[in-house]
Amino acid sequence: MSLKIIVLAKQVPDTRNVGKDAMKEDGTVNRAALPAIFNPEDLNALEQALRLKDAFPGTTVTLLTMGPGRAAEIIREGLYRGADGGYLLSDRAFAGADTLATSYALSMAIRKIGDFDLIISGRQAIDGDTAQVGPQVAEKLKIPQVTYAEEILGVKDGKIRVKRRLEHGVETVESSLPLLITVNGTAPECRPRNARFIQKYKYARTKSERVTDPEHAFAELGEARPYLNLTEWGVADVDADVKLCGLSGSPTKVKQVVNVVFAAKESKSMSGSDADVEGLIKELLSNKIIG
Amino acid sequence: MNNLLVYCEIDEGNVADVSLELLTKGRSLANTLGCKVEAVAIGSKLDHIAAQVFPYGVDVLHLFDDERLYPYTSQPHAAIMVKLFKEEEPQIALMGASCIGRDLGPRVSSAAGSGLTADCTQLEIGDHEEKKEEKVYQNLLYQIRPAFGGNIVATIVNPVCRPQMATVREGVMKKAIYDENYKGEIIKHKVTDYVADTDFAVQVIDREIAKSKINIKNSPIVVAGGYGVGSKENFQMLFDLANLIGAQVGASRAAVDAGFCEHERQVGQTGVTVHPKLYIACGISGQIQHIAGMQDSSIIISINSDPNAPINAIADYVITGNVEDVIPKMIKYYKKNTK
Repeated sequence: MSLKIIVLAKQVPDTRNVGKDAMKEDGTVNRAALPAIFNPEDLNALEQALRLKDAFPGTTVTLLTMGPGRAAEIIREGLYRGADGGYLLSDRAFAGADTLATSYALSMAIRKIGDFDLIISGRQAIDGDTAQVGPQVAEKLKIPQVTYAEEILGVKDGKIRVKRRLEHGVETVESSLPLLITVNGTAPECRPRNARFIQKYKYARTKSERVTDPEHAFAELGEARPYLNLTEWGVADVDADVKLCGLSGSPTKVKQVVNVVFAAKESKSMSGSDADVEGLIKELLSNKIIG
Repeated sequence: MNNLLVYCEIDEGNVADVSLELLTKGRSLANTLGCKVEAVAIGSKLDHIAAQVFPYGVDVLHLFDDERLYPYTSQPHAAIMVKLFKEEEPQIALMGASCIGRDLGPRVSSAAGSGLTADCTQLEIGDHEEKKEEKVYQNLLYQIRPAFGGNIVATIVNPVCRPQMATVREGVMKKAIYDENYKGEIIKHKVTDYVADTDFAVQVIDREIAKSKINIKNSPIVVAGGYGVGSKENFQMLFDLANLIGAQVGASRAAVDAGFCEHERQVGQTGVTVHPKLYIACGISGQIQHIAGMQDSSIIISINSDPNAPINAIADYVITGNVEDVIPKMIKYYKKNTK
């Protein structure tokens, strides 16, 4: 038995290590100051897919991402770790999408890709933390969903078993295929890049990348080795209704964004000296805050 | 019609705290809007739900009782919510930002074509002007949440699509009885009118859900550690202090991500919200996401080697020093002065 797996991945700004220059003077986010990375939980998702590929020879793992042209970087990152191919959804008309417009675009691309048994994605992306796109894609494709997955336990007779990590415990569920799974950060980390795959895919490029970077166009390589051509699709390529994409397809609107300034309190400053610490403890005890 | 609707999470016949908190908030929003509060309970053996929710000011309780509906699975619950939305046309729908609400909410919002905002920290009613359309939308739900790794706070609105959907984490809103004697109407629905057999594609084979032993939400004192604590070993000092003064140990997301302690202890927007009388922040810089989860503490002590740590701005006491020096001193002088 072999499976056709699509992994949904997102290139995100690394919001975990935000420096002081992450915010501009006007209070907006300075994306340029933040490194762009493979969303961490999407890497956990990729690992689950690659494990199925190890277990069931003939299984294919295909990455699908939506973003600007440079998001092709994470497709290569996935190829270096063992994925078989990837698709980049990139179009100005997708810009400004909320989760609903994003899931619509992704679902249209999946329909275009066609046949699949499993869609696996990270639980959530660190730049939004919403965890909404996975279930919304499942709904748009009218397939079941299993969220908060920690481990795919096995596939047998067209049924898949998944262990879920919930707030206060674990749950094992069984589902028919096709299915969409979202994977937690508690799942095993993704395997490292493989030197052989780096050699094989280091010149893999999208069409736009070959245009914008002619020195590294490698057009003849792409002709000789079709697997070096990463597919790039716009709105029309996936037969999407432009009204349902991007800003116009987003029911939620951002009314206001503010840099929060918390009302500063009058605070009492002290050192970590014995006298200061003892003084504080005595004060807390006499005010019955502790004791 | 056009009421405010709350999805009630049920665990073994009991309504989850997060749902009661949402009913409390929902009642107050509904009073502002002049509409009713409708509660939805989906599961099995729901006989005791009405008595649990009515005191929170529920006007209509929708019951969907079928043994296949417990434990929760996505599609049957989503199918019920989507059809109920069509029938009731609520203007607002609220769910807990729990494993269930964050699984159900997006699926329902996709089917309903409705906007959903996750993990809101405040909900308010207000107007919104769309300048391009020269149109003012009145009495919208302001869905307020930190975003972008907690560096900004965004107010989200859904001008057109209904219902306006939002999820809120447990502990963010306060739970309070509205009226002990409040009575609403109970509507028992026929489940097979809402759910098809094919909706049961996912079966729960096994569940091991432990009652959480960690309860930092209701602890009067929280000793919380951040990335600045440095290691899992250093975190033990916080436990020592906490045991001594009757506190629970909390942590920032950075400390949890670094593996210093378990996720159940995470304080902040993506963890637990706490309102203790004393919060001791050890080596926590104070990202907005963290502050959102502890700013209502009565007294805040910040211990940080960086005198300019953002959290110091909201602290009552700022100790500039290393956590591994200061905590043992606090232990020592607490013991000395309580003998």
